[in-house]
Amino acid sequence: MRTDVIHVHRGGPLVALVGNPNCGKTALFNVLTGSRQKVANYAGVTVERKEGRYLTASGKALRVLDLPGTYSLNPRSPDEKVTVDVLMGRARGEKRPDRVICVVDATNLRRNLRLVLAVKRLGLPCVVALNMTDLAARRGIHVNVEKLARELGVPVVKTIAVKKGGADDLRALLDASPAGAHAAPALVPTPAATVEADHDVVQRILANLGLDTHVPHTLSDRIDRVVLHPVLGMALLLAVLFLMFQAVFAWSEAPMGWIESATSLAGHAVSAVLPDGWIKSLVIDGVIAGAGGVLVFLPQILILYFFILVLEESGYLPRAAFMLDRLMGSVGLSGRSFIPLLSCFACAIPGIMAARTIANPRDRLVTIMIAPLMTCSARLPVYALLIGAFIPRRSVGGMFELQGLVLFSLYVAGVISAMGIAWLAKRLTAHGLTRPLMMELPTYHWPTLRNVAIGLWQRATIFLRRVGGIILALTLLMWFLASFPAPPAGATGAPIEYSLAGTLGRALAVVFEPIGFNWQISVALVPGMAAREVAVSALGTVYALSASGDETAQLLTPLIVHSWSLATALSLLAWFVFAPQCLSTLATVKRETGGWTMPIAMAAYLFALAWLASFVVYRLAVAAGWG
Amino acid sequence: MPAQMLTLDRSATFQPCRIERIHAPAQAPEWRDWLQELGFIPGEKVMLMARAQPGGDPLVVRVGSSTFALRVAEAACVEVTPLEIETAAA
Repeated sequence: MRTDVIHVHRGGPLVALVGNPNCGKTALFNVLTGSRQKVANYAGVTVERKEGRYLTASGKALRVLDLPGTYSLNPRSPDEKVTVDVLMGRARGEKRPDRVICVVDATNLRRNLRLVLAVKRLGLPCVVALNMTDLAARRGIHVNVEKLARELGVPVVKTIAVKKGGADDLRALLDASPAGAHAAPALVPTPAATVEADHDVVQRILANLGLDTHVPHTLSDRIDRVVLHPVLGMALLLAVLFLMFQAVFAWSEAPMGWIESATSLAGHAVSAVLPDGWIKSLVIDGVIAGAGGVLVFLPQILILYFFILVLEESGYLPRAAFMLDRLMGSVGLSGRSFIPLLSCFACAIPGIMAARTIANPRDRLVTIMIAPLMTCSARLPVYALLIGAFIPRRSVGGMFELQGLVLFSLYVAGVISAMGIAWLAKRLTAHGLTRPLMMELPTYHWPTLRNVAIGLWQRATIFLRRVGGIILALTLLMWFLASFPAPPAGATGAPIEYSLAGTLGRALAVVFEPIGFNWQISVALVPGMAAREVAVSALGTVYALSASGDETAQLLTPLIVHSWSLATALSLLAWFVFAPQCLSTLATVKRETGGWTMPIAMAAYLFALAWLASFVVYRLAVAAGWG
Repeated sequence: MPAQMLTLDRSATFQPCRIERIHAPAQAPEWRDWLQELGFIPGEKVMLMARAQPGGDPLVVRVGSSTFALRVAEAACVEVTPLEIETAAA
């Protein structure tokens, strides 16, 4: 299997964080490493690998690895398998950790301590971080740390990952005791003790500590009475999703204006400095128009991620999955598919990766296949451009914005077609087995500013790296194709019509003319295959070069309003609901499904759907007199 | 005592119960281990908290101090005794 893992083998002992899902492990990781984190993949599997650097007070440099959360060392999904493989020292390209920090939710010792016992048996030096001790204390659970350490036979420290200074005891411990600089040898798996046996040990420890009573979180129960209510809960879910999509448009207006002004200022500044010629054209039409056209959507992408991160941190997402389980069951999926599919609204790639938490192979494959139908944030630039240009800004029914409603209906169109495809898959591959759900509904938490901020910062860097890397490169390629060869002497049209791009566009027009796309759009769709948002910057470049003389510096919106019919715009919107052109998604699908069959099938069915949908929309719109 | 054991899916809501045994359906033998790893272990206290409406599936289940969403078929693997009955007998 091909791998493109980043091996971070710098010096310093490796410390791995292990814990149950929802124990605050990642929050603790964020406290320790702050912004010094690297996000990549594990070798051969697309499970997100988070490593960070931590410098202790005395100057010891540690590498900290945030392993995927797991309930036991008996893996049932690929991401849990990564945790076990790393701990056993048999993960490819990974050093066996020198020390393990077992993160334990103090409000739920009964379940969490079993994992500590299992990790201890692996023979790695081990520390227990008793996390969420503030919440435990509020619920009357007071853990005697010294006693627990004696019972477990490993050091125990209290941590409150969400509070300033909450990890000080852990920092002191990491600094004081020596962590071996040499990795322990890979372990030969020993027959594990049974869950019951471990449970008995935990039971005895808890009895000795006087902690063997159950203290459920009553506030969470009260919230759940509303959130999981068949009517109120569903209304809340719809309201949350609707608010999310309205906010993407409403809140982003001001920052987008700033970025647009900055882009145009930069264009004018450069224009004043550079002499006329092809270098000036490259910088202004290629670099500034191209990158600026995509950069302007950063605010919207961050707002979308903000909602997803807050919902994830608060514990609401599994509840939403619960509410939607029946609906998803009607098309042959389980509520478990909801969280991967929701991530796809940001980007299909992490969504497809998150499908690894689905244990049922058929469900996982169907979830992966419909993932690109969820409207990813890379499509937002295209939607935003077209809606902003063609849909009038006016309110509907006094409370909604027409533009927001159109955007919402595009998202709904994607979801409905995804359900249709899943339903079809159910008809074709129906088997009567019940799909497992077994999903934890964690206690509610206030999302912390730090964790949301780190999450947003990571998304922003990934986006900016894309703008600076692949998007800029493709935009430049587009500029080149659109500028060369130069028009012959005595040519009358715009130079681009004689260029490579013009020729290519006219060739593609055979396919795209029936659905109302002109040759400029056809050309822009080609680099859009590598990254959807490039279609916008490519359009910017194509149109910037189509114009002559003084018009060059004009913005894209007035240009397309001028030259496209409403029918063409609606047809292009429909095209992007299905938009098969994302090479990174197809590459991820190939790796996840281990072959070319699924990515090829995916590209083919998405292309067919996109063409058909655009054809229908275009013909209807022309019939309605919008041609 | 009924001949067939009460299972969690058929228990009344908010009725505290004790887990007696976990069994797994023939077509999904791995469910027994999975449920145990989540904390559904004989001797533990469980309670059915809610049923999704309409349809009554999936269920919200409390075990220890954790809450899980389980399908009816999954909860049917958990054999329980209602706790009040036992304290009354004792």
